[in-house]
Amino acid sequence: MRNVSIIGYGCTKFGEHWNKSFRQLIAEAGIEAILSAGIEGKDIEALYGGSMASGRFIGQEHIGALIADQLGLNPIPATRVENACASGGTALRSGYMAIKSGEYDMVAVGGVEKMTDVGVEQAAIALGGAGDQETELFHGASFPALYALMARAHMDKYGTTEEQLAAVSVKNHHNATLNPKAQFQREITIETVMNSGYIATPLKLLDCSPITDGAAAVILCESEKAKKLCEQPIEIIASEQTSDTLSLAARESLTETKAAKIAANRAFERAKLKPKDIDFAEVHDCFSIAEILAIEAIGFCEQGQGGKFTEQGNTALDGQIPVNVSGGLKAKGHPVGATGIAQAVEACLQLQGKAEKRQVKDAKIGLAHNVGGSGATCTLHMFKALEGKN
Amino acid sequence: MDGALPLIWRKFGERYDLDGNKCGTCGTAYFPARAVCPKCRRKGTLVAQKMPKKGKIVTFTELFAGPAGFEHETPYFIAIIELDNKARLLSQVVDSEKEKVKVGARVEKVFRKISDIDPEGPIAYGYKFKVVG
Ligand SMILES: [Zn+2]
Repeated sequence: MRNVSIIGYGCTKFGEHWNKSFRQLIAEAGIEAILSAGIEGKDIEALYGGSMASGRFIGQEHIGALIADQLGLNPIPATRVENACASGGTALRSGYMAIKSGEYDMVAVGGVEKMTDVGVEQAAIALGGAGDQETELFHGASFPALYALMARAHMDKYGTTEEQLAAVSVKNHHNATLNPKAQFQREITIETVMNSGYIATPLKLLDCSPITDGAAAVILCESEKAKKLCEQPIEIIASEQTSDTLSLAARESLTETKAAKIAANRAFERAKLKPKDIDFAEVHDCFSIAEILAIEAIGFCEQGQGGKFTEQGNTALDGQIPVNVSGGLKAKGHPVGATGIAQAVEACLQLQGKAEKRQVKDAKIGLAHNVGGSGATCTLHMFKALEGKN
Repeated sequence: MDGALPLIWRKFGERYDLDGNKCGTCGTAYFPARAVCPKCRRKGTLVAQKMPKKGKIVTFTELFAGPAGFEHETPYFIAIIELDNKARLLSQVVDSEKEKVKVGARVEKVFRKISDIDPEGPIAYGYKFKVVG
């Protein structure tokens, strides 16, 4: 059985990069990944690049070949992967599958989004493409509105409070102050969130992730080979991907994310692990409610208890299951196509003990949960460190 | 895209009259109409059916920041509505007292202008819902 490991990784600072273009961002992350792997460009056999809406954001499609070009990797096969905000996670899984299949031994995977070359209104239109145009966006629903509908349903069914939602943002902002690559470097309080103004009730401005530029990349390698090349390869011990209806109204439930639940169950089964075996998780908190839905779907707490579980501090850096120690999408930033890869980069840093001030103690197993749109795509990966060369 | 004439025309039945369909095998109603019943797949027998005009609010939100084409409508309500045949759809809720827009409220379909993003283009009409009783 062939297994797959990460042997190198790179990530730009997340934020508003007025002086850097799409291609500069992905080149920066990609070169850092190749150098950290200690390999040469000629060792890479294929490339997968995740980007949600480069066409809308910078007018550029066909970015697979563009990334390979910018990294000096032509003529290797290079493919763009798009699954809305789960484009990065899906690119990671595409690279994983390509090695698993036996076709390649070494693959580069990247994710990138350059969102600030357009105004906020155009950015919202681009992101709206992740929802159902004909039955949601047409009627005036925005992305915050779709998550707000889930938040209201969760509050109605389980008694989740707006303060509990706010606790997600407060925690993730705190974690971001410990991450020099995070977009936001400031603490916020429950009051700041509660007073930040409604975007779509019950969600306020500080329940929402920001608009971000950024890129991340990893080098994947077949695990036996990885052990010879790398001191501490990070093996992908589970990789799952699921889908659900694009339209929120058509889902079986508005209070749980079925695609994530199925992906998590399959991943735990495959890795022969249980939620309590996970030492830290990077989850898709595009909105505060999304983190609550995520931790319930993965099984870190009971269904419906995610708000209380968060409020009690269980998901804090020193809690029983640290969630989004990087700052998450909320505070590290959310360059949509890069997010799924950046989660994997955080997993590598944590498992190699290189996460500095935000290091989770004795981190052995990490999990990354990446969601497209309001939940129509989910990718779920689990990671652990291997012993490599001395 | 929203302003394209063929798209608006093609959607008349769905957006004006709530044309959907129903699976004769499992009894599930679908709106919009589906090509395949996801529950029964090839054993499904889909037949055209108009949706009931009444239902209840399952969840809702009040938008204070509207997307392009809806900025001047804010604040406005968006809800997921469960129609009386269990089919669910997303719609604006209008012409209703703010306090009455809540989970479980009874609503009925009204016919309204939805958007006119392109000032030179056609206007898209369709369903919205209002609270009754
Ligand atoms: Zn059926």
